Amino acid sequence: MRAARPLTLADPLAAEAVRPAALARPSGGGLAPYLLVAPLALVFLVFFVVPVGLVLVVSFFEYEAYDMLIPAFTLENYREVFGQRVTWDTYLKTFQFCLSVWAITFVLGFTLAYFLAFYVRTLTWQITLFLICTIPFWTSNVIRMISWIPLLGRNGLVNQFLQGVGLVDAPLEWLLYSDFSVTLGFVHLYTLFMLVPIFNAMVRIDRSLVEAAADAGASEWQTIRHVILPLCKPGIAIGSIFVLTIVMGDFVTVNVLGGGKVASVGKSINTELGYLQFPPAAANAMVLLAIVVLMIVALGRLVDIRKEL
Amino acid sequence: MLRETHPRTFRILALFFALFVLFLYGPTLTITILSFQGPEGGLTFPMNGASLHWFAEVFRQQSIGDVHGGFRRSIALGLIVMLLTVAISLAAGLAFRSRFRGASLLFHIVVASLIMPSIVVSLGIAALFELLGIERTWWGSGLGAHLTWTLPFGLLIMFAVFNRFDRRLEEAARDLGASPAQTVRHVVIPVIAPSLVGVGLFGFTLSYDELARSSQVLGSLNTLPLELQAMQSNATTPVIYALGTLTTGVSFLVIGVSLATLLWMRRRRERRGSDAGKGMV
Repeated sequence: MRAARPLTLADPLAAEAVRPAALARPSGGGLAPYLLVAPLALVFLVFFVVPVGLVLVVSFFEYEAYDMLIPAFTLENYREVFGQRVTWDTYLKTFQFCLSVWAITFVLGFTLAYFLAFYVRTLTWQITLFLICTIPFWTSNVIRMISWIPLLGRNGLVNQFLQGVGLVDAPLEWLLYSDFSVTLGFVHLYTLFMLVPIFNAMVRIDRSLVEAAADAGASEWQTIRHVILPLCKPGIAIGSIFVLTIVMGDFVTVNVLGGGKVASVGKSINTELGYLQFPPAAANAMVLLAIVVLMIVALGRLVDIRKEL
Repeated sequence: MLRETHPRTFRILALFFALFVLFLYGPTLTITILSFQGPEGGLTFPMNGASLHWFAEVFRQQSIGDVHGGFRRSIALGLIVMLLTVAISLAAGLAFRSRFRGASLLFHIVVASLIMPSIVVSLGIAALFELLGIERTWWGSGLGAHLTWTLPFGLLIMFAVFNRFDRRLEEAARDLGASPAQTVRHVVIPVIAPSLVGVGLFGFTLSYDELARSSQVLGSLNTLPLELQAMQSNATTPVIYALGTLTTGVSFLVIGVSLATLLWMRRRRERRGSDAGKGMV
């Protein structure tokens, strides 16, 4: 089943499949590697390392109506943001989204990956079905979110159907611009991020282990529980990191499918920035970042991800 | 191998998969159909006739925001990001094959960029440009923001590629007297060309659709996704669906061209066998 390898060409999410060759190959390259890697290093220095460091610095700045960045060292921004009840509620809400979206994408991703890896038997079909799952990833997320509106709206297709068959008398109001629609949007957009790493872990499982389990009398369910699931742990961890970090920081999905009624941490940062309140937004962003890092560390504890890279 | 033993499970899982595909494509299909609403039609079903009215509306000048400008900028930015992503990822991929100081640190920074909440990156770049007094533009700060999103994908693909690369090909080239540059030009690049197409596909589409990282860094002129997000909150006509259909069409076109190129490359390689004797002359 190594045959499934060529998929990785289209599948960089499968970070566990790759490892910097440098770690494996001891060879001096002189000056050449430094020159070759310089553009990459420069881009990430200027547009990633310095900016993220600056967010930390700015979170201690002061601000005024016409001067949004006044160098200072004050904890006022943190006090301002976290002195409000609404901030805590927003974090709680975001955690709830993380949990429910994680649970749903995990069940979906695992089941779909299991089907692809163990039930689809020819490589051509595997690639075809895998591509069918992947293609939406290369299209516009905003449009994919907007696409739910004519389905879920007050006069949308779902309500028309439910009323048509007499299941409900009045249109359901909670379908759109609600926690439900936001969760649905997340699942729609990000199940792939769970599916790909788990699938990648599954195709690497030695098939004789599965056969041995069957020969020893394990039911299919027992095989999944005691053989396949443990061996998929690294893929599950990587998928979970993707899904949790995306949901934790999201503001676009919440904006489009929450329609102003649903809050999230990312959205409140975005709103603060909309009012040009950089320092409080930065303070909020630092706490968000700390939580994301803690999540990754916790998941890293579950499996040694670096060993899998 | 399990199929024979569990035909019933196979059917259930296949049905599950089919439903997921419906869930995946259903909404996009819905707005595609709705974008052909008649001129009197509304934002939901039923269809009130069928027409190309709303597509024409998209092309009518200035009827809706700055969609045309946004589209042009998104395409231009997507192409620039694509070229830079391919070039920088390839160079870095080559560099990471030999040992250099800071390799591990740089690798982890790149991976961190992949999972860093985009709003944080966007905020940081905006603050940096603000403090330096540089105007934020789509081709400056916007380009940088997009690269922090596309390059991790590009680099990871390059790692996957070079982990499977047969180094004997290069040794053979060297033995035949090729310089390092010639080896890369005539041996390495032709072998990994299909993957470079993949990197380009990621570079363009991820940039073309990018929104979260762009949100604070584009300055006064928006790209298409930001334009769309701004439009959707007060959309009252199916013109937004027509726009969505067109945007998705562009994405599908790019995906189709990439996949076709990949197939074409593979066919050509199978037909011609090796490229021996064709490269250096």
